[in-house]
Amino acid sequence: MLIFEISKKGRKSDYLPACDVPLSALPQASKLRKDPPKLPELSEIELTRHYTRLAKQAFGVNSGFYPLGSCTMKYNPRVNEVTASNPNFMGIHPLQPLESAKGCREVLDLAESLLCEVTGMNAMSFQPAAGAHGEYTGLLLIKKYHELRGDHLRTKIIIPDSAHGTNPASAAMVGYSVVNIPSDANGCVDMDALKKACTDEIAGLMLTNPNTLGLFDPNILEITQLVHACGGLNYYDGANLNAIMGKSRPGDMGFDVVHLNLHKTFSTPHGGGGPGSGPVGCKNILKSYLPDSIMIEGRKPESIGQVRSFYGNFGIVVRALTYILSLGSDGLKAASETAVLNANYLMHQVKEYFPVAYDHVCMHEFVLTLEKTKHDKNISALDVAKGLIDYGMHPPTMYFPLIVHEALMLEPTETESRESLDQAAMAFKAIKEKIDMDPDALHAAPLSTPIGRPDEVNAARNPILRYTSK
Amino acid sequence: MGGYLPSTQNERNDMLKSIGYKDINDLYKDVPSQVLLKTDLSIPKGLSEMDVRSKLDGIAAKNIAFPVVMRGAGAYDHYIPAIVGSVTSKEEFSTTYTPYQAELSQGVLQSIFEFQTMICELTGMDVSNASMYDGSSSAAEAAMMCLDRRRQQVLVSQAAHPETIETIRTYCWGRNVPFNTIPVKNGLTDVEALKSMINNKTACVFIQQPNFLGQIEQADLLNKVTHEAGAKAIMGVYPTSLGMLKTPAEYDADIVTGEGQPLGLALNYGGPYLGFMACKKELTRSLPGRIVGETKDNKGNRAFVLTLQAREQHIRREKASSNVCSNQALCAMMAAVYMAAMGPEGIEQAAALSFHKAHYFAQELTKIEGFSLIYDGEYFNEFITSCPIDAKQLERALMEKGILSGLVLDNTMLWCVTEKLSKETLDDVVKTIREVCLI
Repeated sequence: MLIFEISKKGRKSDYLPACDVPLSALPQASKLRKDPPKLPELSEIELTRHYTRLAKQAFGVNSGFYPLGSCTMKYNPRVNEVTASNPNFMGIHPLQPLESAKGCREVLDLAESLLCEVTGMNAMSFQPAAGAHGEYTGLLLIKKYHELRGDHLRTKIIIPDSAHGTNPASAAMVGYSVVNIPSDANGCVDMDALKKACTDEIAGLMLTNPNTLGLFDPNILEITQLVHACGGLNYYDGANLNAIMGKSRPGDMGFDVVHLNLHKTFSTPHGGGGPGSGPVGCKNILKSYLPDSIMIEGRKPESIGQVRSFYGNFGIVVRALTYILSLGSDGLKAASETAVLNANYLMHQVKEYFPVAYDHVCMHEFVLTLEKTKHDKNISALDVAKGLIDYGMHPPTMYFPLIVHEALMLEPTETESRESLDQAAMAFKAIKEKIDMDPDALHAAPLSTPIGRPDEVNAARNPILRYTSK
Repeated sequence: MGGYLPSTQNERNDMLKSIGYKDINDLYKDVPSQVLLKTDLSIPKGLSEMDVRSKLDGIAAKNIAFPVVMRGAGAYDHYIPAIVGSVTSKEEFSTTYTPYQAELSQGVLQSIFEFQTMICELTGMDVSNASMYDGSSSAAEAAMMCLDRRRQQVLVSQAAHPETIETIRTYCWGRNVPFNTIPVKNGLTDVEALKSMINNKTACVFIQQPNFLGQIEQADLLNKVTHEAGAKAIMGVYPTSLGMLKTPAEYDADIVTGEGQPLGLALNYGGPYLGFMACKKELTRSLPGRIVGETKDNKGNRAFVLTLQAREQHIRREKASSNVCSNQALCAMMAAVYMAAMGPEGIEQAAALSFHKAHYFAQELTKIEGFSLIYDGEYFNEFITSCPIDAKQLERALMEKGILSGLVLDNTMLWCVTEKLSKETLDDVVKTIREVCLI
């Protein structure tokens, strides 16, 4: 039932006291709303039972294995919630005098210095609220750089065809056109295509390394050098940083600007789709262009401006800082090494049942291809994903990256035990057996969930985007 | 330390061996030696949970959380019912990700659908998305939504929040579109100035209601001018005020944006906050961000799914309407729980209390010599007064008494009063100010 369907006229709770000041004249009638909003009317017990029911129809990292490739669904430590809910953080107004917010300043400065060391950058801004927001901000830094050089020829960004959709979308928002670079037979950047693309029209390159196939590009130094040689800058999409913390740094690979996903690599909760945090780090050449908050610190003369208000998702930075301090240099390295180990361990077992797109040592994630199964048995990546739900796990990422047909991307993360991985491999084995014996059964999957497969075509054709009372 | 790794070092060694490797660095063989770190990162080693808590508590103790907050300017200290935190800290909601697999996430999808409905009810608009990052970026994305081949100019009222103006300016620079601000006259957006600036190249006009100065705008006049020029009217609204004030839909706005932080989110030094965006039906397919829709499953049951995904980055890539992926989902849930808990009466009450207490405080404050209202227009719960002593000095004196004063703007103060401040507190503040100013 929808909350509006539980609603009954007159039901309410008493959260606020009666008015204790004399009443003033209201604004003129033409400035007042005519009818009250039709929000739900219910008691607190009905409200809480409603959300308890909804919680039963949700699956989080706390519920079970969640190998959603590219999302790094690692454990969200409880202590992060405790430190972030300190009233001395939660009760601080963003515009209070700086001397009364020294603790907040320290959180941001400390997080900046730690993350600059992790990434090999010189400065960082926490204003972007998500990865895509960080990408957008990073591209604005590159735009400012060329603008101040007086170079107006640079209208293009090089992006590999394996990139996450947010990369070209962010480039388009900055008015850049995209030069797509194909991946070679090994799943890495096609170096000949890259050499041809590096002209004086290139503002920069956007790359993630390891890439979305879970492969570390061994040509990384040559790639960044080629872009620098033609006058462009290198942007690192930090979504896959979980593979290399303490092992390698984008700053050493030749990148000038990076964004991080605190809600991926640094354990802050995904929240059903946010709030995240996408801080942008950069080398000294771009440092003075970082976004500012004109009301907190005043306008910085060369800043690109602002991408949102104040300093971004501060509460998320507190959580990430707690995590980084808990792990330290030793823990971060162990986390990345174990993420890579777990992925290879799982891949080793799963490839007995389904082919991997690139049969090669992987980093923190790997990609399966169901192309042959689709062709031979009419079982798609979607069917396998839905089948896995009935084995108690969240499916891997489907149909991404686009360069692999019928792709399933698995990222187990480091916070899974050996048994958890073995169990997941057994689920794949069971699905494979089902495909061999009774493929049609998978078309009906999932069977164990409150709803079966939804009609997405109808949802888009005849959109119903809100509840309307009769 | 730790890293929250379930497996022990021995188990990991076994796993490595079982797949045919001797050393963990065998898995990193593709990393060129020049970029493979040979020493540890120069950051401290990990701390135990006990020590981490102590360290963070120590840092937090360097902040002052004021018991009495009389500052708004984009972040508001409203009362948050306890049920909001209790529902949204359920781990099934906080530890899940975007509900791509509808069969597994009806709870999350339904809660977003309910949030979308509530935003529509509060603002009067037809369609809402699942959330944006914050009010300022939501306003900027709304402006971008209005651009087309013929109309590329964006106009923003100078009476909007300075950081909203700045964010829209930045997004316009990013897209290489002309950006201009509309001057203010007597605390309101100057209608005559708008008439002279707007033309057939204007894509949209953004105004804030109530505006940054606290004044209630003549949005009907402004939006009329905007529409007559063929441009779109975007209104950025303070959601609590909609418990009392005319909705943007009643002002014929095309797109509504706003900062949802007053709807159950703590001040949190500026974030995480909650952008919302709603629009007229005709603009549905240009909306950025995620949207949840209702449909049926293969057995005819009602089901909720992410829909109209052909607008989004994972399908359209460089042709997407925006790049938004993760938004502020859990914050949207906080706002939904707040709106459901408060109900129509509660929202109206929060608005009325804020209004009447602000007006009472203004009345009492302006009885003190040297304090007078800068603008004489109608206001909701924020207003600017002059100050008989140096405003920074007054701010400091009040801070020492645990009061966060109005925001200092040159030598005036932008005050804000919400339902949290009792008459007794307000009278005490006035008394304290009187004492400070007599020194």
